[in-house]
Amino acid sequence: MTQTLTAPRPTIPAPEKIPIRLTVNGIEMQLELAPWTTLLDALRDHLDLTGTKRGCDHGQCGACTVLVDGRRINSCLTLAVMKDGTKITTIEGLATDGTLHPLQQAFIDHDAFQCGYCTPGQICSAAGLIAEGKAKSVDEIRELMSGNICRCGAYPNIVAAIQHSMAQS
Amino acid sequence: MINFQYTRATDVADAVRQIAADPAAKFIAGGTNLIDLMKEDVERPSRLIDISQLPLNTVEETADGGLRIGALVPNSDLAYHPLIAQRYPMLASAILAGASAQLRNMASTGGNLLQRTRCYYFYDTATPCNKREPGSGCSAIAGLNRMHAILGASEACIATHPSDMCVALAALDAKVHVDGPAGAHAIALPDFHRLPENTPQRDTNLEPNEIVTAVELPARGFATNYTYLKIRDRLSYAFALVSVAAALELEGDTIKEARLALGGVAHKPWRDPSVEAALRGQSAGQSTFTRAADLLLHDAKGFEHNAFKIGLAPRHHPRTDPGGDRHPAVTVQ
Repeated sequence: MTQTLTAPRPTIPAPEKIPIRLTVNGIEMQLELAPWTTLLDALRDHLDLTGTKRGCDHGQCGACTVLVDGRRINSCLTLAVMKDGTKITTIEGLATDGTLHPLQQAFIDHDAFQCGYCTPGQICSAAGLIAEGKAKSVDEIRELMSGNICRCGAYPNIVAAIQHSMAQS
Repeated sequence: MINFQYTRATDVADAVRQIAADPAAKFIAGGTNLIDLMKEDVERPSRLIDISQLPLNTVEETADGGLRIGALVPNSDLAYHPLIAQRYPMLASAILAGASAQLRNMASTGGNLLQRTRCYYFYDTATPCNKREPGSGCSAIAGLNRMHAILGASEACIATHPSDMCVALAALDAKVHVDGPAGAHAIALPDFHRLPENTPQRDTNLEPNEIVTAVELPARGFATNYTYLKIRDRLSYAFALVSVAAALELEGDTIKEARLALGGVAHKPWRDPSVEAALRGQSAGQSTFTRAADLLLHDAKGFEHNAFKIGLAPRHHPRTDPGGDRHPAVTVQ
């Protein structure tokens, strides 16, 4: 026992941090991150932007969806150091001057959530979908939103909210 | 996820140098499969070499009328590229049948080729798996094997290759351009992925210190008569139980040229040139397609939970019948 207590502790090398710049919701941020930090962890744990949610952490649920240079991606499967120099938009960055983004307003108007946990990812994904311009029909919205799971089952109202926003945009 | 070093490659030669210097390193591009496997402790690279900024993200026309697709072109950009939509719509259909919109925005062309099986046991480090740990055994053969291979499997491994894109690329006779210490060369897509035999840890014939630089499509795109049909447990965002890439060139109703590749049934996209040869000169119709399906699946062998695939796969083929109207994706004219 004494031997265990006095045994030298193993030397664990300090993680090598890498400096990066991200423009998050219009504000340039300088960060030094260990390479294994996902973009999701960088947003939540380093920038206190907890609107982006961790769901499955394996790219299957879409709760972590953010826009990188305007394209929707799963931030849980993205290393932050690989996004050096990019522009990130999260749910916190969609409203302008205190006015909700049309998708945020449409989700409220259409009662498109219950618990709300998947909602930031749903809305960021829908913003990406509308920018892509590939979905025209309700079936195409459903197909191209299939990367966002809602376990409360609010899908019909989510589709209605997106359809409404698409018609307005 | 274990801790790892991170470096960026400045060009293809630098990427090759870096990987040769560290055999435990891995390239990362889109990361959609690799990061997931690292979180599961299946992949444990010492170093990630970031190749995502290399200039391999263009789609260019080749002198012989084909296309050269850079290895870093994202799956979504490729599927929606006007030249792909116009000349190789079967490839666009196959890509859009896979993953989700977010993942397709991230995943690269080269990474799609190199994605690993979704066998449950490959992911579960508490169980034996010859692909993850050679010599440890295959848990799927006597375990849950609903998603597993019915063709080309071995006693060491019954995993399937999960890609949709690769099934269409195999049918289209694509080539994979690679670079490495031995120089640049091309591998025909049907020869790129391997059968498991007794080395299931090797998915492809890419050497460990080589890099995929491009995928080349020949001029012939089968844009008139084609389908990519995917059967899965839910309508979207699920891996194939069975998929079929089928393409025909017709003179009247006589088959001049045929391509037939199956996904979700083997360790690689399953294509048999002798079946395609048997289709040539025949009249396009249900009986011809059924005969071709029987030939293609002649050696199929099911396991406890996946024997249904043997019956499911041939039922795909009559659905590509020009006279059939049972599936809206059928575009045979």
